[in-house]
Amino acid sequence: MLAFILRRALQSVAVLAVVGLIAFSMFRFAGDPVNQIVGADTPVAERAEVRRSLGLDDPTLVQFARYAGNVLRGNFGISYQFRQPVASLLAERMPATLELAFCATVFALSVGILMGVYCALRRETWLAKLFQAVSLVGVSLPTFLIGILLIFLFSVTLGWLPSYGRGDTVRLGWWTTGFLTGSGLKALILPAITLGLFQMTLIMRLVRAEMLEVLRTDYIRFARARGLTTRAVHFGHALKNTLVPVITIAGLQLGSVIAFSIITETVFQWPGMGLLFVQAVQNVDIPIMAAYLLLVAAIFVTINLVVDVLYTVVDPRLRLSVGKAA
Amino acid sequence: MSDTVLSVRDLSVAFETRRGTLTAIDGVSFDIAKGEILGVVGESGAGKSVTGAAVIGLIDPPGRIAGGTITLRGERIDDLPPERMRRVRGRRIGMIFQDPLTSLDPLYRVGDQIVETIRTHTDLSQKAARARAIALLAEVGIPAPERRIDGYPHEFSGGMRQRVVIALALAAEPELIIADEPTTALDVSVQAQIITLLKRLCRDHGTAVMLVTHDMGVIAEAADRVAVMYSGRIAEIGPVADVVREPRHPYAAGLMGAIPTLTQSPGRLAQIPGSMPRLTAIPAGCAFHPRCPKVFSRCRVERPEPIPVGPSRVACHLFDAQENAA
Repeated sequence: MLAFILRRALQSVAVLAVVGLIAFSMFRFAGDPVNQIVGADTPVAERAEVRRSLGLDDPTLVQFARYAGNVLRGNFGISYQFRQPVASLLAERMPATLELAFCATVFALSVGILMGVYCALRRETWLAKLFQAVSLVGVSLPTFLIGILLIFLFSVTLGWLPSYGRGDTVRLGWWTTGFLTGSGLKALILPAITLGLFQMTLIMRLVRAEMLEVLRTDYIRFARARGLTTRAVHFGHALKNTLVPVITIAGLQLGSVIAFSIITETVFQWPGMGLLFVQAVQNVDIPIMAAYLLLVAAIFVTINLVVDVLYTVVDPRLRLSVGKAA
Repeated sequence: MSDTVLSVRDLSVAFETRRGTLTAIDGVSFDIAKGEILGVVGESGAGKSVTGAAVIGLIDPPGRIAGGTITLRGERIDDLPPERMRRVRGRRIGMIFQDPLTSLDPLYRVGDQIVETIRTHTDLSQKAARARAIALLAEVGIPAPERRIDGYPHEFSGGMRQRVVIALALAAEPELIIADEPTTALDVSVQAQIITLLKRLCRDHGTAVMLVTHDMGVIAEAADRVAVMYSGRIAEIGPVADVVREPRHPYAAGLMGAIPTLTQSPGRLAQIPGSMPRLTAIPAGCAFHPRCPKVFSRCRVERPEPIPVGPSRVACHLFDAQENAA
């Protein structure tokens, strides 16, 4: 098991290195950061000086090597627009994004699995059919539109929930949380639903399809023939088998919840990393963009690793070496 | 008969389809006594498995029992409410399915599945149920059961898994076991072991068995009596020696004639011309008449009812006293 995790971790490092290189070379085409830093009437000589001081004169590979070396030491560079270390900028914004992603994930998983199971077990009821139809909407509507519709309904028309920002936050060491104040919690609801809705409908449809498949298998028939209670058959046997393939997809989707919170954060002016990234793109703030991409890649890779480990926990057939030892 | 375990009378099973109601089983009657093995043979689609599913109350919708009665030890079970029927399944009627590779839930240890079944139907403690599970595994011939009980299904071979399935079917000491093609998915050497095991267990426990198969060899080896099914009806039912050695119904005779023997010169195997009618196009009169070598006019219009012929009952006009007198 340990060897397996180590092997996957090594592969993850390779993935991150490639992502870093691609991100780095891509941003060379994003625009000239010097233009953003200096004024319009700055003399050419001064521009060249700024360029040299930032190391932008060197060949790409040299720049990348220098960047990679710095990153390994935890130094993600200085933001061009804020003149602050990128690491502290991201760290400052990270709690907002992670709390939002966490709520969206909990919402997507709990509601998605519940609705999926309901739709599979009560396939013929009108409520299940309604869920199915509504889920199509959730899958097809773009995130920003859902966000805007929710704002229109709950903030503008009904005035129940705030339309932007995090509300009041409490500082716990370096972490700022919105979980401890009423306005913080209220501010979380709309963005979390917006961010989680797509995943929720996807998980619901996936759970429904998988569970219908599982309910047709021989071992479920056999479980019924053994006289087990409906509850044991549905939730002990069918649901557990359903969740094996669902874990993979759900895991990957949750990575994208963090990565693609950009849109939701923009719609709700949520002070997280996504909003920071969008501002960085507008200002050609390469250090922030590169660091953000690396971070997202790292999150994806970590989630993948966790999913692989979870897989072996749930499915004994995958516990190759461990299974034989038992 | 006082020791009759299962009594099926005029059982009909219908499937509602878009093209109307299809009758898969039509007026089937038979009894199984304590400790007796009744073999049920026939081609694919003759209704063997559906009969078994009807007895244990596991006909998948849109199928339903359309008529007749099923009584277990004098108690009618075909009209029990679902929850009471569930208590009958596993407790009083055990079932063995065709494919041992897919009959066990892959995510649970075999011991957990046996313990789960035992504890569903009895008041045994976890510890006592586990001891009983080990005893059951030993009884069905699994070596080192106290170690193997913690194995997962994928760690067992096909034959061993079928032994586990049999242990599961026996877990709550049922009065009747329905074995639906228990050896079809196994290779020949394992088939004989499983049949011997099944025979021994039923003798030891006095369990009645309904052995569904299309393998005449298995029937001749294991069964006390045999029912030959054709197109949802029983063509001939009687002691295995009579039916195999001296089949009376032309279809049964055709089936027996199609079995290759070691003594005959190897030539073309005998076969019954044509194939079994589809459920949508069952011919009038005797369903077998288009393929019957001894067909006469009455067969085309009047459906034969089972009539006693020696120790057997045969559904064929050839054996009607009127015909013989005429």
